[in-house]
Amino acid sequence: MPTAEKRKTKGLVKFLVSAVIAIAGVLFLQQLLQPKYVDGVVEGAFVAEFYREENKDFDVIFIGDCEVYENFSPQVLWDEYGIHSYIRGSAEQYIMQSYYLLEDTLRYEKPDVVVFNIQSLQFNEAQSEAYNRMSIEGMEWSPAKVGAILSSMRPEEHFLDYVFPILRYHSRWSELASTDVEYLFKTKPVSFNGYYMRVDVRPAENVPTGRPLADYSFGDNAWSYLDKIVDLCAENDIQLLLIKAPSLYPYWYPQWEEQVDAYAAEHNLPYLNFLELQDEVGLDYNTDTYDAGLHMNLSGAEKLSHWLGAYLRENMGLQDRRGDPELDAIWDENRAAYQAEIAAQYERYGMKAD
Amino acid sequence: MLFTSYGFFGFLLILFLLYYTIPRRFQWVLLLLGSYLFYCISGPTNLVYILCTTLTTWYAARRIAANQQRQKAYLREHKEDLSREEKKSYREGQKKIRRRWVAGCLLLNLAVLGVVKYTGFVIANLNGILHAFGGTVELTWASIALPMGISFYTFMAIGYLIDVYRETVPAEQNPFRFALFVSFFPQLVQGPIGRYGDLAPGLLGEHPFDAHTVTRGLQRMLWGYFKKMVVADRVLTAVTTIIGDTTAYSGAYILFGMVLYTVELYADFTGGIDITIGIAEALGIPMAENFHRPYFSKSLKEYWRRWHITMCSWFRDYLFYPVSTSKWMLKITKAARSRLGERVGKRIPVYLCSFTVWLATGVWHGASWNFIVWGLANWVVLMLSEELEPLYAKFHARFPGLDNRNLPYKIFAVGRTFLLICVLNLFDITSSIGETFRALVSIFTAGNWPVLWDGSLLELGLTGLDYGIAGVACIIMLAVSLVQRRGSVRDKIYAKPYPVRFVLWYGLFLIVLLMGAYGIGYDASQFIYNRF
Repeated sequence: MPTAEKRKTKGLVKFLVSAVIAIAGVLFLQQLLQPKYVDGVVEGAFVAEFYREENKDFDVIFIGDCEVYENFSPQVLWDEYGIHSYIRGSAEQYIMQSYYLLEDTLRYEKPDVVVFNIQSLQFNEAQSEAYNRMSIEGMEWSPAKVGAILSSMRPEEHFLDYVFPILRYHSRWSELASTDVEYLFKTKPVSFNGYYMRVDVRPAENVPTGRPLADYSFGDNAWSYLDKIVDLCAENDIQLLLIKAPSLYPYWYPQWEEQVDAYAAEHNLPYLNFLELQDEVGLDYNTDTYDAGLHMNLSGAEKLSHWLGAYLRENMGLQDRRGDPELDAIWDENRAAYQAEIAAQYERYGMKAD
Repeated sequence: MLFTSYGFFGFLLILFLLYYTIPRRFQWVLLLLGSYLFYCISGPTNLVYILCTTLTTWYAARRIAANQQRQKAYLREHKEDLSREEKKSYREGQKKIRRRWVAGCLLLNLAVLGVVKYTGFVIANLNGILHAFGGTVELTWASIALPMGISFYTFMAIGYLIDVYRETVPAEQNPFRFALFVSFFPQLVQGPIGRYGDLAPGLLGEHPFDAHTVTRGLQRMLWGYFKKMVVADRVLTAVTTIIGDTTAYSGAYILFGMVLYTVELYADFTGGIDITIGIAEALGIPMAENFHRPYFSKSLKEYWRRWHITMCSWFRDYLFYPVSTSKWMLKITKAARSRLGERVGKRIPVYLCSFTVWLATGVWHGASWNFIVWGLANWVVLMLSEELEPLYAKFHARFPGLDNRNLPYKIFAVGRTFLLICVLNLFDITSSIGETFRALVSIFTAGNWPVLWDGSLLELGLTGLDYGIAGVACIIMLAVSLVQRRGSVRDKIYAKPYPVRFVLWYGLFLIVLLMGAYGIGYDASQFIYNRF
């Protein structure tokens, strides 16, 4: 080989090796700096956990914010009714994100029922970059994720920050913890089919009433995404159930309730407001909430799931799928983890199992 | 479009790819289109101003050049027919015509600059005067957003026009080629103020892809980003906090704030120029240097030879020399010498010319009394230094060891000059002259020195880690400047084995990536000199 050509080849090899090392280094740092959400604030891990599910042929998919992932237990729905369900929710998940998460879910299987919590109608647009991150980052790349990003970005955000998260988390090196190294290339489950469990109790006392608002109308953007959810369900032959979880706070205004009622009637959709079904469900805000009425604890979530399971079986025509060997095996494994977590939390909070 | 924005990186990437793939004869066309796109993004209406400057200057220069050609042809043709007197008279007549073109064009462009930049300031002062005399009329003016880079490109265009008039550069025949000189995008943000003779050959030439040249350009850019993003944008919060409330943050805070601002200004301005020159270098276009390790200066005079070199040389060549060699200045010199004696008389024109230059420098920096006083304060210090020169000479003669050959004295001189620059820079950032002086006086009267070490500085929006990063980055900048005294740092690194080079440059890249003040939680800030 002539010398010039040799030099050229050598230069090219040097460039390629350098480029590979440089890119690998940046990717490694990106992986290290991204929040792992395995302790403390674990909500950021919920969305990604869905993809690790072995059997995604769910009967019911819950979509929404903390009012679904803290208030319903898919384990109870399976154990009592044989309903195979999953919760696709994350903290303060905005309605546009719920729409795109539903679209993302439908890339795998079509559920029979989608349960959507309408609390997020109050936000016409995304309110917080941190919540955007927790809802969107865990999504696998697809047109749905692109849509979720574009519809949610706040003015200070950039699309590229989602493509290359190191640009967002570049300064996190100063707050790295041992879990960032431990879970560098692995993760651990933090939810139970999307359910975030808390067993502790903090009774609801002195619940504040809502302060008057200048305008009680939900925004056009929020309505348009509810329309999209309705259309998407209709196109895929999915029954849509609208719910309002029984959270005492943030305050649910009667004027909001009227609008949702009217919408459900207009679109011929079932709508359950659990704030009005407290007695029927048997909720006791002295024992069934862990944060003074904002969210249910395990006791409250199991009561709600028990009631909702019966409703779904009776009104949505869902079949009992217990007896399917594959699902039985999956849920047996889930149950073991679920009960282990209950035991661990009882111990952590110094409580006694009933 | 900020140099630190993703949009700008995308713009650069596309531009570089196209630049080295299209036929080379079209490279300058691409740069022109790119520059106008860049400028358009800063505000489409701004195009009106830059087009006005470009077209009027190009046309006036062509008329001047045509007149010069005509004059030469006429004199050649009538070499034998005309007497010496007739030739002289003809030349003077033609020169007058050319001068009219220069004056007309200058007036028009300076008027545009004056209207957009200074009208608000003039109106505010007129209103102040009217009110002082009991007037009730309030003059109003629709404020116009300052078009990006107008101070820089106007000066570049004026420099070109005068160069053509002086016949030091030929007039550009193609208006589009001239438009590229005026609008070349990297220098629109904060200069440097390029000269046509230096810049045009690079801008209009053909540049084959050369990996070494491109790499060197990218390295220079990276160094600029390090200064801007790791140092300047990081300390910005503390400077803004102190200057935002000089009543609450007085005394030691002011001292700290003005030192921090002087560091920020250096990192911001030199960093921005590094990025500008780096971009040009990667495109194969050489550009004039604007700094020569200015904070190593041992006097203010030396500092102004090393800081913002292209601006200072512009004022020297296009204002100081013309004023000092003008007929009226020669008359003043003569009169001063005859009335005040040789020694004092010969100083008068020096005072007047440098006063004009420093007044213009202050006005150029911004439409406010702060900048005017800042310019004149520089003038006073420089003149005083010159007048005290004999005293310094006596001192050095008395203490022969204490001069610039002595390292401790050199360090003292550098520190003294740095502190002086810090004080002068305070005029840049305070809102009024009164506030500047109050803030300065408070350094000696507030007596709050403990705030420098009792943790109060951690309440200025910067954490201990921020100070640590900025401090280490400053040490790196200082070390690089020290090494630079013995030649180009990039050349020294280039001489190292490839793995060492790779680790150094990749390390710098990672520092910018991980420690740069950008993204959520940081305010992306435009370069300080962009507002001038």
